[in-house]
Amino acid sequence: MLTEKEIKEIQEEIKQYPYPAVACIDALKIVQHHRGWVSDEAVKAIANLLSISNEEVDGVATFYSRIYRKPVGRNVILICDSVSCMIMGYGSIYEFISKRLSIKFGETTSDGRFTLLPISCLGDCDNAPAMMINNDHFNRLTVKKVEELLEQYK
Amino acid sequence: MEKPLTRYINPASDPYNLEDYRKVGGYDSLREVLKNMKPAAVTSLVKDSNLLGRGGAGFPTGVKWSLVPMNEDNSEPKYLVCNADEMEPGTFKDRYLLEGNPHQLIEGMIIAAYAIQAGKAYIFLRWAYKKAEKVLRKAIYEAYKAGYLGKNILGSGFDLDLYLHSSAGRYICGEETALLNSLEGKRALPRTKPPFPAISGLFGRPTVVNNVETLSWISHIVENGAAWFKGLSLTGTGGTKLYGISGKVKNPGTWELPLGTTMRELLEVHAGGMAEGHKFRGALPGGASTDFLVEEHLDVKMDFSTVAAAGSRLGTGTMIVLDDKTCPVAFIHNVERFFALESCGWCTPCREGLPWVEKMLASIEAGTGKMEYIDLLKFNAKYFGPGNTFCAHAPGAAEPLQSGLKYFHDDFIKHITEKKCPWR
Repeated sequence: MLTEKEIKEIQEEIKQYPYPAVACIDALKIVQHHRGWVSDEAVKAIANLLSISNEEVDGVATFYSRIYRKPVGRNVILICDSVSCMIMGYGSIYEFISKRLSIKFGETTSDGRFTLLPISCLGDCDNAPAMMINNDHFNRLTVKKVEELLEQYK
Repeated sequence: MEKPLTRYINPASDPYNLEDYRKVGGYDSLREVLKNMKPAAVTSLVKDSNLLGRGGAGFPTGVKWSLVPMNEDNSEPKYLVCNADEMEPGTFKDRYLLEGNPHQLIEGMIIAAYAIQAGKAYIFLRWAYKKAEKVLRKAIYEAYKAGYLGKNILGSGFDLDLYLHSSAGRYICGEETALLNSLEGKRALPRTKPPFPAISGLFGRPTVVNNVETLSWISHIVENGAAWFKGLSLTGTGGTKLYGISGKVKNPGTWELPLGTTMRELLEVHAGGMAEGHKFRGALPGGASTDFLVEEHLDVKMDFSTVAAAGSRLGTGTMIVLDDKTCPVAFIHNVERFFALESCGWCTPCREGLPWVEKMLASIEAGTGKMEYIDLLKFNAKYFGPGNTFCAHAPGAAEPLQSGLKYFHDDFIKHITEKKCPWR
């Protein structure tokens, strides 16, 4: 199930720890990095590699918000919906994106281009509203700025 | 005015690299410590300085270090962990330090690790801090190459390995025992205390967990002494503080100022006052998990003890301002929804009570709230309080709720009697 490259990367992580199970989060991140999300089969394969149960791996995978147990689009938009961004108007940013892409929080566009998710405070409150697309951070958002940004992610 | 932590930070230019940092005396404190100070002397210096933890709880750093057993078998390593999982809504101070001066933190960490004789150190970094991750990776690489990390640091015989762990999300990872479970690859559930991490922490070994801002102080305290540190604050507690303001103010931002600067000075001088057409109604002084302070508290000195005496907490020192154009119920609903979502689900008041509170607040905001909700909200806030849960998550959630119900009581009632939000 896992590629040789994934197995090698996970084994590299295991080396630095006292026992293999410690590498569980690293392993999930490695698989997600290569596949975009973590499937049931991948959970089983990781469990096998770390000598722990499937349930233990799934317990960890479902706990952390940045591990995806469902497929996501090619680009993931994360809009900060915490209090400073609420005061500074993330609502209008959300409404624009939601309307433009015809998706709500938790959904993916039918062409698989974007997934839209909320995220807790991004620690950029003095430049609110803020959001991320994939690993890129953006702030002082306006509808115009967001319209241009969306075009850059295909 | 001295600004030791941020003097060399300029967000508009690249962060200080090793060469820049050394030019301004960087790693001289580490050299001094390894050459001339015993571990116990470092701990005692930090204790004398009265450096209180900058992560939110304000626990004395030197005391924390002194709880680590020193005369024992060192065949298994002890650990030092830097908590860089900044995720308290309204808080953006550690990002500033991480992105702007990574070597200041690394030097502090090496000295702290030496003081407790830790052989391994981790930086537990928030997932979303991608720029900080890049900056830290480079700085750690530079520090290894220059012999400040690794085996036999500067010929002293002291060894330390430093790892960067990028988190997979969840606010609860900032709770120090939950953070340790997360580093062990598990679900980030808080652990029962005692035993405290200083006795049994990461992998069951003695561990100290300190915040980024706290550890960034260490090299400066070594260089300038405990008396200098105490003299920096206006209240005698010690040090400066990274304060911040977000919300509808003219100039939101973060500033390093003497500990004990008043809320009024922060708001009126540094943030330039309220934004045009907006009036101040209140603020959470130190992040989402602190009680509201209002107009009558503006002259409160933002220090641990004085904010506590006013009925709130200094927390992270980064203030979220509530203005008159923002509905206080919507504000509090947003904060409680955050706590409900981020609860790890272990303790009953937190797992069951927070979603209940969130639903009642949503209903009040939508104009369908009932008068009996007010007492039910108060009831929940009471049982979230300290002593009913493993960790401070639910007690933190209680703070903006209980104080919000007190200061904005009339606004709550108006929503219920008028069956709508007056701000919509």
